[in-house]
Amino acid sequence: MSVAELADVEVAYGGRAALGPFSLSLAAGEIVALVGPSGCGKSTALRLLAGLETPEKGEVRRDAATGETAVVFQAPTLAPWLSAAANVALPLELSGVGRSDARERAAAALARVGLAGREAARPAQLSGGMAMRVSLARALVTSPRLLLLDEPFAALDEITRRALADDVLALWRDAGPATVFVTHNVEEAVYMASRVVVMSPGPGRTLADVASPAALPRPPGFRTTPQFRETVEQVSAALAQGMAAA
Amino acid sequence: MTRLAAALAPIALIAALLGAWEIACRALSVPSYVLPPPSAVGEALASDWKSLLASAWNTLAMALQALVAASVIAQLAALGAALSPTVHRALRPLAVVLQVTPVIAIAPLVNIWAGIDHPERAIVALAAVVAFFPIFSGAVTGLRSADPDLERLFDLYGAGRGARLLRLRLPSALPFLLEGHKVAAGLAIVGAVVAEFVAGSGSAQGLAWRILDASHRLQTARMLAALLALGLLGAALYALFEALERAGLKWWRGR
Repeated sequence: MSVAELADVEVAYGGRAALGPFSLSLAAGEIVALVGPSGCGKSTALRLLAGLETPEKGEVRRDAATGETAVVFQAPTLAPWLSAAANVALPLELSGVGRSDARERAAAALARVGLAGREAARPAQLSGGMAMRVSLARALVTSPRLLLLDEPFAALDEITRRALADDVLALWRDAGPATVFVTHNVEEAVYMASRVVVMSPGPGRTLADVASPAALPRPPGFRTTPQFRETVEQVSAALAQGMAAA
Repeated sequence: MTRLAAALAPIALIAALLGAWEIACRALSVPSYVLPPPSAVGEALASDWKSLLASAWNTLAMALQALVAASVIAQLAALGAALSPTVHRALRPLAVVLQVTPVIAIAPLVNIWAGIDHPERAIVALAAVVAFFPIFSGAVTGLRSADPDLERLFDLYGAGRGARLLRLRLPSALPFLLEGHKVAAGLAIVGAVVAEFVAGSGSAQGLAWRILDASHRLQTARMLAALLALGLLGAALYALFEALERAGLKWWRGR
């Protein structure tokens, strides 16, 4: 049973083809990583899945209703005038949840991403990694069925990236939303995803669909196992082939 | 030591310039109606300070009334423009024409409308015209300045127009509004002075009247004293609004 599906979608910006024809079916409880070179339409595919954009051709089928989809953008995208808790509570309040109930759930979501006690902090008072955690908490607070992550760690340093990747996997295990994760970091894709979809240079098509060698969540030391290295090689080779063909 | 030097440097320069001015006036025996020495300006300040203070208050009061009127009208207009593209298209050319027309050129017209017996109304109206544009322009820009990804988030959670305006666009506009009011405050003083030159003063004489009065009598030292008061008033108002802006921004972003 798929939660969301793109069927032969095509998108063009100003007459220039940006994506497709591209298809992707997302099963419940799956983490799919989209990797590909800049401009291949990864983020466009994500916006289609979110329902923030409509394709020129093809079909978008979404099982998740309004409010059941959450997006985490490349930047934390927090409202600077709101506290961390108010930022996290915002999706709830916009969907009609009462203020005190929303604040309570926001505090719980912040605690889940390791930010208990920082409810009153403003985004300007948080580090980049902490702001990203607030953004994650805001995405998860509504218990979405579909979670879309658009290069969420691109602006962070390597250590913070890895820590956040493990956090996302832990949170995912609790809630289990179908997740699409856009990145151009191959190792990150292989580490986090149950399936890696490799896209060609724009307009993006599917070049390869590589299944993860092990079940989620990741055992400790997974990054050093031969299976991990092999899968990284396999994905990198597909990417390089696509670049050479373009 | 360096901080003390940095604080003293401008004072030392001003003192040196004043000294040179004083010496040059005496040595070259410049007629005082052309250029009085600083000591004469100081005397004028000492003898006129009560009337100058009253006039500065009158000018400030007119400018502040104009600023309040301009602020209310400009923000309502900007809100209309933000809610409806048609309103925005309709307002934009009018606002630009208002902005590029010199206030001195429309002063006689406003003077007639306000009535010859009510120059203070004309002054407030003209100063408000000058102060309108920076607030309107800042508000329009600010209301469109929300982070596009935050806009997408509001789409995603099905936010209505009201929620979007109150929870996203208005708070996003605040820094632009503060900046617009700061610029408009300085312009309101300029507008009030220019308008008083053209419209006259009525019962409440402002600093422009002091300058004109001294000029008609060739009392150049008194004229310079009034100019100095005007400069100080403008600087004080600007400093006040800058402090307001800084405090507002600190509150807005939490540090």
